[in-house]
Amino acid sequence: MRDYKSIFSNIDWTIILLYLSLVFIGWINIYAAVYNEDHHSIFDITQRYGKQLMWIGLALLIAFAILLMDSQFFTAFAIPIYGLVLLSLLGVLVFGVKINGATSWFQFGSIKIQPSEFAKFATSLALAKYLSAIDINMKDIKTKVMAAIIIGLPAVFILLQNDTGSTLVYAAFIFVLYREGLSGNILLFGILAIIVFVLTLIFGPIAIILTATFTYIVIYTISKYHLKTMLIATSIFSILVYLLFHYKLNETIIYYGIGGSLFFLIAYLITKKEMKDKGVHYMSVLIFVLTCSFIFSIDFAFNKVLKEHQRTRITVLLGEEDKLIEQIEDLKVKRDTEGISKEEKQEYRDNIGEKRYSLRELRQGNGWNIKQSLIAIGSGGFTGKGFLEGTQTKFNFVPEQSTDFIFCTIGEEWGFIGTFVLMLIYIALFLRLLFLAERQRSIFSRVYGYAVASILFFHFLINIGMTIGLAPVIGIPLPFISYGGSSLWSFTILLFIFIKLDSERLLVLR
Amino acid sequence: MNLSNRKFIVGLIFLVVGILFIARLFTIQVLNDKYKLDSDSNVLREITQYPARGLIYDRKGELLVYNEAAYDLMLIPKQVKAVDTTALCSLLGIEIEEFREKFSKAKKYSRYKASTFLKEISSISYANIQEQLFRYPGFFVQTRTLRKYPRNSAAHILGYIGEVNQKTVEENSYYKSGDYIGKSGLEYSYEDLLRGTRGVKRVLVDVHNREKGSYLDGDSDTMAVTGTIIRTTLDIVLQEYGELLMQNKKGSIVAIEPKTGEILALVSAPSYDPNMLVGRAVKKNYPILSKDTLNPLFNRATMAAYPPGSTFKTIQALIGMQDGVITENSGFTCIRSMVGCHPHPSARDVSESIKMSCNPYYTQLFKRIIQQGKAKSIYKDSEIGLGIWAKQVQKFGLGQTLTTDFPGVKSGVIPGVNFYNRWYGEGRWAFSTIRSLDIGQGEILVVPLQMANLAAIMSNRGYYYTPHFIKHIDKTDQIPEKFTVKNFVGIDKQYFTPIVNGMERVVNESGGTARRARLKNIVVCGKTGTAQNPHGEDHSIFIASAPKDDPKIAIAVYVENAGFGGTWAAPIASLMMEQYLTDSISTKNIRKEKRILEANLLNVKAKK
Ligand SMILES: [Zn+2]
Repeated sequence: MRDYKSIFSNIDWTIILLYLSLVFIGWINIYAAVYNEDHHSIFDITQRYGKQLMWIGLALLIAFAILLMDSQFFTAFAIPIYGLVLLSLLGVLVFGVKINGATSWFQFGSIKIQPSEFAKFATSLALAKYLSAIDINMKDIKTKVMAAIIIGLPAVFILLQNDTGSTLVYAAFIFVLYREGLSGNILLFGILAIIVFVLTLIFGPIAIILTATFTYIVIYTISKYHLKTMLIATSIFSILVYLLFHYKLNETIIYYGIGGSLFFLIAYLITKKEMKDKGVHYMSVLIFVLTCSFIFSIDFAFNKVLKEHQRTRITVLLGEEDKLIEQIEDLKVKRDTEGISKEEKQEYRDNIGEKRYSLRELRQGNGWNIKQSLIAIGSGGFTGKGFLEGTQTKFNFVPEQSTDFIFCTIGEEWGFIGTFVLMLIYIALFLRLLFLAERQRSIFSRVYGYAVASILFFHFLINIGMTIGLAPVIGIPLPFISYGGSSLWSFTILLFIFIKLDSERLLVLR
Repeated sequence: MNLSNRKFIVGLIFLVVGILFIARLFTIQVLNDKYKLDSDSNVLREITQYPARGLIYDRKGELLVYNEAAYDLMLIPKQVKAVDTTALCSLLGIEIEEFREKFSKAKKYSRYKASTFLKEISSISYANIQEQLFRYPGFFVQTRTLRKYPRNSAAHILGYIGEVNQKTVEENSYYKSGDYIGKSGLEYSYEDLLRGTRGVKRVLVDVHNREKGSYLDGDSDTMAVTGTIIRTTLDIVLQEYGELLMQNKKGSIVAIEPKTGEILALVSAPSYDPNMLVGRAVKKNYPILSKDTLNPLFNRATMAAYPPGSTFKTIQALIGMQDGVITENSGFTCIRSMVGCHPHPSARDVSESIKMSCNPYYTQLFKRIIQQGKAKSIYKDSEIGLGIWAKQVQKFGLGQTLTTDFPGVKSGVIPGVNFYNRWYGEGRWAFSTIRSLDIGQGEILVVPLQMANLAAIMSNRGYYYTPHFIKHIDKTDQIPEKFTVKNFVGIDKQYFTPIVNGMERVVNESGGTARRARLKNIVVCGKTGTAQNPHGEDHSIFIASAPKDDPKIAIAVYVENAGFGGTWAAPIASLMMEQYLTDSISTKNIRKEKRILEANLLNVKAKK
């Protein structure tokens, strides 16, 4: 029954085709990104493009091996695989090597393995296994807690490795849980949580408090029944922010933390009382007044309490560079005016120094990277500069060209035509995966399918979002395209297990 | 609630994000021109900040090497837009053909990396070109320095710098193609100190070839660090005087301060003006110099191996006394049937044997050294004797490379047991086979530097400091340790007395072989030599030191094809010593100087 013919005749070739086209696009763009004149052959294995070809070859072997396996294996061994991966995630904390500040690699000789990459499919399997059990109901609090633990454990371990990007990916499972019956409100919160998280990384804690406040108002006006839930949720956001910035603990954040908590406490006490007798309007006005005064206090703190460079970090993405340059020039003129006292002169000088520091921070930090990335993509125009003709990437303006910022090369050399086609391929892949997931007879396969789609989508969201200036700079690979064996293999395994499950969907009895 | 409908919500989210991204991409890639402009003004140019190479001074603080600014026109082919080639060529003063050739060469090297397009533009055309350069994106001017030699002398010592070769670029990560590196002499030895550290300045340049400011506010720039200044042991006045005396002659002079091993002068004649091998001129001058039959590029003082001739007798006598086969009072009859000699009374002691330079005396002495009766067979006995003797001679710094701070020093040859075993076969040679070693002829070879060192050993009575050129390295107060260690030659100090006395008599007593080396009020000790030359007239050799009791200079002079050592080498050595010790030439010696200056020994070939 399981001869080769039946295996391959039931495979979804659309997915395979999309997969292969992405892998190929990745390979040639890695070639363009790190093109080395002395090693111009795309097959030169001393270079990243040659190596990527080897990784691709191995990935195809792995894919083939998965297709030959019995799909029962994945359901039967979902939990052991998950356990093994958890162990390796713990192991890497002890025995791993540190690269770019993250302790997430095992090194065996010259080979480096990143277990967090493989945690994605293991977690998906475990979640699928758990949710496909007969007595599971997403409405039960026990189910929610268990699902949260299954997803949360690897996420926490990866966070401990100081790999924020990979941790963030676990938020993707919210789609899976939503499909399996989790309240829509929580998905909404999930989405808001992501937006808040992103905004926090870009704008700092002020933005999140503001966002939380407005969320609160909006949700409140929509649904007065869940006031309590809303309040708790928004408070959790504040605490989340506090924790996120915990390692950069400074007075300002504590200040906002306390201020924000106080605000919510007052808001809660007032609304709780108001709820019973008066209408919604009265309370909304009150909250609006409170919010405004709070914004004023934030504004005051922003300009008086914050240090110059802290302000800079907040305004990185707001086109502040020219403003800063203008200010410096302005101060220079003032400094050089005749007849000012020595003290004044010194003050101007200090001021200029401070602004210069900000400017440097602005230019060198993530602001610079995003700017260069945007220039690279933007300068591609409609048709692109042509293969190997990108100047932004060739002259090393863009960081991490072959890994996290590979999309810059695509944008610069292939233009809007190239990026548009790539977007279409990805969207097609995601929607096809959803379609396939929905046609499964077994819950296991469906949950797993959703997990695959969600994880790939999340990577896509953050990576592309980062390069086009819609998301903060978070190091996370673009699926099937970015350079690197570990990520390519893990995405391949993730996808092909589902392809295998899908090919045997008819064998599953309802 | 039908959960299956939720697929639409999830699908919608995916779709919305995708559309959002496409819209954003459309905005930045198609609707907005800003990024295109930014990209054009975003051309990064790395301008290498070449450090000024370290200056070189002589022992008295005279400047020997300095730097002069030079301008190179650089090119990054990828950044070149449509160019008015004719206008550019006339601006640069080159032919279109040459332009095309250079352009394709640069392109072949790299499309993205800068390479030198035109070297050493004159300062005048530099000003013109700089003004017009904005018309020619991809071209820019790079400042570099050239070496200049104000004294026009000491070419062999100072050496020259040249473009680094491909092999070095591959082996040493510091060097980049087009960099300059010390190729010979002190420029080579002290390359690491002299070169300094290269800096890089990164600037942003727009499409119009205009600098738009520094990259990252200059934070990624590195400053060039100027090369270290070094002071050499050379006395440039003495060096120049030596070069003057050796004009129209082939040979060399090496003068050393015996108490320190510092090289005061190292003349190799004929020489050349070091300014000939600077920058663009190299291309023209190098072939001329290398094709010259007199071989001016060849440093005879450190590389030419000659027999030591009779100067070697000093070592033979010392070994004889140390071995106990003679005492300082031993005499040998001058048996001219044994080996040729000049007419003189037989030497009654070691001192007289040196003074008269009696050949049969040393044949008989050498036989005693080699055949000490340590084995029954004369073959075995000779083998043992020669083995010990060769080791003793090597302690004098002969037959081994002196570990000086100068490149390309040759070791010479002190033939040992293996040498003759290879030549004649083991057990097939004895004293009679190798006896020409007795008076420093035969297979024994030395370089002039080793001979000067020998003179230093004699004047120090038994030790030497490895000869060297480094006197002081800027910002440190020490020179390499190997130059501050006394090397003892393994001969007791007492045995030097009769030798040094003999050397004094060579110069100062009637019947001495180097009466021409006498100086007023300064006791010169010397030993003449003649190196047999199978290709032509013999080479004239003289080693000396002065003053006898407080030696300040030790010297070796080789004059090729000049015959007997006392005739040419001795007066040259004495003039050098007089110049160094008194800073002048006495009126009495002016005639002697004139004779030397007028002599042309270049064309003496045939044996008399
Ligand atoms: Zn004699």
